[in-house]
Amino acid sequence: MTSAANTSDALPASVDAMLELLTSRGYLAERSLATVTYLSLRMGRPLFLEGEAGVGKTEIAKVLSAALGRKLIRLQCYEGLDVSSAVYEWNSAAQMIAIRMAEAAGDTDRDQLSSDIFADRYMIKRPLLQALEPDVAGPPVLLIDELDRADEAFEAYLLEILSDFQVTIPEFGTVKPPPPPIVIITSNRTREIHDALKRRCLYHWVDYPAAERELAIVKTRVPGISAKLSQQVVRFVQALRNQDFYKSPGVAETIDWATALSELDARSLTPQVVGDTLGALLKYQDDITRMQGDTLQKVLKEATSEN
Amino acid sequence: MAINHLAPEQTEQFADNIVGFARALRAAGMPVGPGAVIDAMSALQVIDIGKRADVFTTLEAIFVKRHEHALVFSQAFNLFFRPSEEWKHMLDSVPLPDEAKKKPKAGSRRVQEAMSQPRMTETQQHQEQDLRLSVSDKEILQKKDFAQMSAAEIAEALRAIDRMHLPQAELLTRRHRPDARGLRLDLRRTLRASLRTGGDIIDIRRLGRIEKPAPIVALLDISGSMSEYPRLFLHFLHAITDARKRVSVFLFGPRLTNVSRALRQRDPDEALASCSASVEDWAGGTRISASLHNFNKLWARRVLSQGAIVLLISDGLEREADSKLAFEMDRLHRSCRRLIWLNPLLRFGGFEAKAQGIKMMLPHVDEFRPVHNLSSIQELITTLSQPLPPHHRSLIRSAA
Repeated sequence: MTSAANTSDALPASVDAMLELLTSRGYLAERSLATVTYLSLRMGRPLFLEGEAGVGKTEIAKVLSAALGRKLIRLQCYEGLDVSSAVYEWNSAAQMIAIRMAEAAGDTDRDQLSSDIFADRYMIKRPLLQALEPDVAGPPVLLIDELDRADEAFEAYLLEILSDFQVTIPEFGTVKPPPPPIVIITSNRTREIHDALKRRCLYHWVDYPAAERELAIVKTRVPGISAKLSQQVVRFVQALRNQDFYKSPGVAETIDWATALSELDARSLTPQVVGDTLGALLKYQDDITRMQGDTLQKVLKEATSEN
Repeated sequence: MAINHLAPEQTEQFADNIVGFARALRAAGMPVGPGAVIDAMSALQVIDIGKRADVFTTLEAIFVKRHEHALVFSQAFNLFFRPSEEWKHMLDSVPLPDEAKKKPKAGSRRVQEAMSQPRMTETQQHQEQDLRLSVSDKEILQKKDFAQMSAAEIAEALRAIDRMHLPQAELLTRRHRPDARGLRLDLRRTLRASLRTGGDIIDIRRLGRIEKPAPIVALLDISGSMSEYPRLFLHFLHAITDARKRVSVFLFGPRLTNVSRALRQRDPDEALASCSASVEDWAGGTRISASLHNFNKLWARRVLSQGAIVLLISDGLEREADSKLAFEMDRLHRSCRRLIWLNPLLRFGGFEAKAQGIKMMLPHVDEFRPVHNLSSIQELITTLSQPLPPHHRSLIRSAA
């Protein structure tokens, strides 16, 4: 109980404090996102963030770990991800040497040998197991990124970890840390995640930010940008999101584009400069083709008109 | 659980209202379990419940587990906890909503019918047996067009569809399992086995790749011109949904509807009933181009990501056939592993692709098949069970 009390002292005490904490690290979150993040810390529940690519789902885990001074452990999911690359693996080469050494020394006690070589030091710990290790700075932030890319079998494996925060290793026993890690799971919704997993989490849909917030984000992340250009950039991107594109630009793309424009010393948006840098915003050839001509003129006019 | 002093003591009424709210959500079709209610109670203890927006977000994070439910939730929240100056007291004073009127379940009709039938006498039973389809009748049934079947024949066809099975293993995954003939060395199990002999490796354990069925995505046209077919196809799709995990089914008429969840119910009648409940416009006009556009934009990345096979079931009679249709077909073709177009019109011997829509769509499919009777469905199953060729384009089979 004492260790839990110590670590929770460091956590923000209200939604407003959470909002402040994130802002102090340059993450301008909507109040609703701050609320669920706060709740997930207070309730010790994993936070499941879903939303389009590039709206800042992964970023929040990074910011949270930096702001709380915790270690960030990241598990990037992919199809075929299995226990040996997500949780642990035995260092077979080292085990083999140990067996040979025991043999050479004339050790013949099999039980002793077996308990020797399945010890902690022959285990290669992967992200999920690392996250369950006690850490001096407090429980780490575990980011399970793009869970939708892993397959269903892995999802089922996660259930034990997410509900009890423990891992069972046949040769070793159960690993369970006293204070559980802070878990953030992200998904781009390329497939549906099973309800059983979502039920163990707090769920939040991260949306594109409103114009005002996006403007503030651009100003924070691209410091050198002029007020006029940043305003035009945000208006342009917001107008693009209203178009019927295959992939609308996310906040990450807005920041990329603003950085590109400011690197090019652009003062304001012109058809020429937009045409040259459109690749920073739109990632599908079909979408780029559609932007040529009239649509570009229209959106540009919308973005550059004074109010 | 830490208790925040901002929050007042929870009264019994307070708990009742959260339970009532959860029931309201359940009545509105959201899956809300008792665990979520307990979560909600403890979550409300750690936030300041004087802030309506925070309570909204808190309850949303707990009760909503899919983005689609967000709208229902916000409507329910606004109805249940009406916004007002002193809204906080609402948590204590809102009466429980009436239980939603329950519709009789789809399967219950069969039960009623079964119960209301008079008991059979012995002679009747005898006649009944005579009426059963003989083997030659079954052969006729195999070839008979769905559009010309009588009710009894359709019932028999449905039973035949239920008996069809799709093979399971088709797609190699990147995951492994112990397999004596596998190609990869299972060092961990080999080592473990070697301990029994004091460290000498006698038998080498191997790993093989896990195989699983490729996902199937069906896009089923339910416009007026197709009216004879959707029920049977839905039944077919229900039968294969039962057997394999990854089947997604979309219906399209004027609009596109995802009925995958509805089809996953065990009972076929109940599944079909909730399918039709989720579609507003049966047998209306078709807008293939617009429906494909919606599918490509909203769903393609979500359901086609793992090498899916797409079954497009439509007669291809599209009024607004233009370059957009070709564009969307091309996009669909490029985002799946195999695009099979099933067209009931192919039943006519001298079928020619004359309609503008069909001409637009044909260059973008891998396979063009008839699907109007049981034997064509059987053939489809045979095709689906063959190992898939590596992605290839524009191999159009002529009408059978």
